[in-house]
Amino acid sequence: MTEPLLYFQILGLEQYPHLTYTWVVMIILLVMTFLIRRNIEMVPKGIQNLVELILIQLVQMVDDYIGPGGRRFIPLIATLAFFIFVANIIGLFPGCLSPTANINTNVAMALVVFLLYQFVGYQQHGTKYFKTFFGPVWWLTPLMLPIEILSHLARPVTLSLRLFGNIRGEELVILVLGTMFFLLPLPMMLFGIFTSILQTFVFVMLATVYLSLAVEEPH
Amino acid sequence: MKRVLGFVALGLLFMFEGIPMAFAAEAVVETGGTNQPDLAGLGAAVGLGLAALGGGIGMGLAVNGAVNSIARNPGLYGRIFMNMMIGLALIEGLVIYTLVIALVKLF
Repeated sequence: MTEPLLYFQILGLEQYPHLTYTWVVMIILLVMTFLIRRNIEMVPKGIQNLVELILIQLVQMVDDYIGPGGRRFIPLIATLAFFIFVANIIGLFPGCLSPTANINTNVAMALVVFLLYQFVGYQQHGTKYFKTFFGPVWWLTPLMLPIEILSHLARPVTLSLRLFGNIRGEELVILVLGTMFFLLPLPMMLFGIFTSILQTFVFVMLATVYLSLAVEEPH
Repeated sequence: MKRVLGFVALGLLFMFEGIPMAFAAEAVVETGGTNQPDLAGLGAAVGLGLAALGGGIGMGLAVNGAVNSIARNPGLYGRIFMNMMIGLALIEGLVIYTLVIALVKLF
């Protein structure tokens, strides 16, 4: 595999470009927040408008799925959404690398969502949360328990692999097309913008759905 | 005029991303030259082909349902389109899992 030419390299950390670029994404998000907060207005314009648009959609989604009491999860959902979006997009710039193109970033985020929804389910329902793993009636337990455990374990795996596969695959296709002819990656990069937005929306929506499944009252 | 020049400059910047890759890739194209069949590559290609087959059928069914329901009720275009996109991303995820295994075996 060819070694890409990256702009941001910290001496001693060349082996971990995904870590360096996570910090770059964090700096970008912090600068954006600082710029908005410096002159914040009731009638938004400019970048505050864009951020508020995205935030309103996220708040509506959380309210739709989780209902009342879902407001406490909005910082996590919004952080995930903005981080994943900027992290996906930054890989399309020449000389930069997506931190989400590395499996470690995605597994970290998926594990956070997984542990959070298990913990929130336990906090809300107590030990009765784990009784839902046993199925609706007691004699279905040997059938339901492995299926439930497997489907719960599959959630962080699929969350991380979906995002990793999409972003890494797009980056590899751009690399392969770029070695053939230097103008060829352009349609793939256009498609890459589209799948970056879509994948961040799918990740955040699935995180919200898992949280809502853990918090809902048992029927 | 300044805006057009700005866009042209940005486009040129993106266009030349491929050039350092083209130079660096000359070192990669050398093959092993062994006389053993490349079973990992064959497995990856066949597996991805089968995954694309199933994924294509599934996505075709999803878009079929979405387009039919838009034709029935054109006012709901926004919501139906959004649900179709979510469904397509989830089905595409299955194909991507196969791609990940193929990448693991190939590299």
